[in-house]
Amino acid sequence: MSENLIEVSHLKKYFPIHAGLFSRHVGDVKAVEDVSFTIRKGETLGLVGESGSGKTTTGRLLLRLIEATAGEVKFEGNDVLKMSRTELRRLRKEMQIIFQDPYASLNPRMTVGDIIGEPLAIHKLASGKELERRVQELLRLVGLQPYHANRYPHEFSGGQRQRVGVARALAVDPKFIVADEPVSALDVSIQAQVVNLLQDLQQQLGLTYLFIAHDLSVVRHISTRVAVMYLGNIVEIADRDELYDRPLHPYTQALLSAIPIPDPDLEARRKRIILTGDIPSPVNPPSGCRFHTRCPIAFDRCRVEVPQLKDYGNGHFAACHWVEEHGGQQPVIDQATPAATP
Amino acid sequence: MAATVPLQQTPEPDAQLQAEFERERHATWKRFKRHKLAIAGSAVLICIVLVAIFAPFLSPWNPNFIDQAHWNGYPLAPGTYGHFLGSDENGRDLFARLMFGARISLTVGIFAVLIEVVVGTFLGALAGYYGKWVDYVIMRATDVFLSIPLLPLLLVLTAIVAASSNKAALSFGVIVIIIGGLGWMPVTRLVRASYLSLREKEFAEAARAIGGSDGRIMFRHLLPNAVAPIIVQATLDVANVIILESALSFLGFGIQPPTASWGNMLANAEYNMAIAPWAAIFPGLAILVTVLSINYMGDGLRDALDPNMR
Repeated sequence: MSENLIEVSHLKKYFPIHAGLFSRHVGDVKAVEDVSFTIRKGETLGLVGESGSGKTTTGRLLLRLIEATAGEVKFEGNDVLKMSRTELRRLRKEMQIIFQDPYASLNPRMTVGDIIGEPLAIHKLASGKELERRVQELLRLVGLQPYHANRYPHEFSGGQRQRVGVARALAVDPKFIVADEPVSALDVSIQAQVVNLLQDLQQQLGLTYLFIAHDLSVVRHISTRVAVMYLGNIVEIADRDELYDRPLHPYTQALLSAIPIPDPDLEARRKRIILTGDIPSPVNPPSGCRFHTRCPIAFDRCRVEVPQLKDYGNGHFAACHWVEEHGGQQPVIDQATPAATP
Repeated sequence: MAATVPLQQTPEPDAQLQAEFERERHATWKRFKRHKLAIAGSAVLICIVLVAIFAPFLSPWNPNFIDQAHWNGYPLAPGTYGHFLGSDENGRDLFARLMFGARISLTVGIFAVLIEVVVGTFLGALAGYYGKWVDYVIMRATDVFLSIPLLPLLLVLTAIVAASSNKAALSFGVIVIIIGGLGWMPVTRLVRASYLSLREKEFAEAARAIGGSDGRIMFRHLLPNAVAPIIVQATLDVANVIILESALSFLGFGIQPPTASWGNMLANAEYNMAIAPWAAIFPGLAILVTVLSINYMGDGLRDALDPNMR
């Protein structure tokens, strides 16, 4: 586990808002604001955060499915954002994506065989009988049957469809896969199957993942390292166990305290950090630390100065003024016992 | 950790898999077959097409032959003097003229609609997929074309073409191109509307992620999802075009006599409607049956092409 496969620095994405008769530019949705991180070869970086924190946008930016406003994404040392059309086409062989919604991401008018075979045809990796054979092989690899190739997506269950999505991503034999909430649309009983499939494939094929999710338990299960996003910023990034055992950022603490415990007695006594208010609008984000409006330990400096990610040892980065001023000490936040649930 | 999913499923006998694989093919045809009216429509249409193709061999009379021996200045009644459906106002056999008219009407209908659909789909796809100024330019052009009343424009155009080619009548191909070239707007609008929503679908993004070009995404991924309204529009337009051709013929700009088309047969029969209704009824019936068959076939095709109907 050594070299970096992906290096992201100062990545930004603003979606312009146009309004009025002449479509004047009236503002921007600041979906991703100055995000930097690296992904090492063979690891799984979990990316968590609540809805609207910019996780999905970040994943799309890495693949250049949407164009970044500013920043740099280096894949094996080459800047993805500066690539020409032909270079980008070649890159598609190296980087793939698994989508969140297995119902929307498969073309209802194409058979599963066509869907999986298409990347092979586009990149001229196989044709004719050879292509048919590769498709059947891929279907087997993801735990489906070869004769499924002639069926249409609607004939499959959600879990099976997601396997088709996985097979499509694997067809070009990529090095890196962005898994954009690949299990959140699935039934809980199916989630484990797909997550384990992804893990097995990673071992077999030496894949590197960016695993985007909002389910912290799933992320803990699959990730090597975890990054936490809030309103377009990465607020904390660390090795998995380090992050779950010693969360530094108050937002991370709040997130982790929300994980339910599968034991009714423990669950009843579980302490929670309850954040007040909603996630602020990314059109008009708060000044300074973007989390200060909801942070229980915010102080004056947080309202003016944007905190930077700082290393607190063991590759544990956090962006919090409180932690910085207390020399990397873990903040202790008053925790409330949730009101007894009926 | 939960139980691991086996990556290699237990191997089944390959022969059985292959059989299953073959069985799953040709599902579209199977679904089409289930649509009784569509089968009936296609059968009727095939008959009409065959009759049109083999008219010279099947026809009992020469379509332009005037039966002077029996004709007394009025249309002959059906069943008299060997005229199965009677004759027209000039004593020409109606049945023979219907058979030969089918050639003209069907080819005009089919080719004009083909032009409409190809042009309309292409422009609509560009407008809907690219949006922005491409969309703006194409849609304004569509508006302009739609705002011009079709018949006067057709008349002016045919007159111009006829004058410049120094011929009183237009060749058949020119009529087809003019009719087709003026009918693409509804198709463009339909296709654009479908593409506007389709291009935002996740499977379009997935196609981009695997490296698909714009052309591939537009025509391989999105077009099959937009095909249902196109087919319905096209089948309806075949009817329109056959009728439009008759209107042109009626005004003297379409297919010129003595060549028979269903349109000019209908038009010429108008004069004797009161005494010889059959001369109008039979061409009218021919148009009706053809249009209905095409519509039913279009219906079946639309359902068969939709895999969700399986």
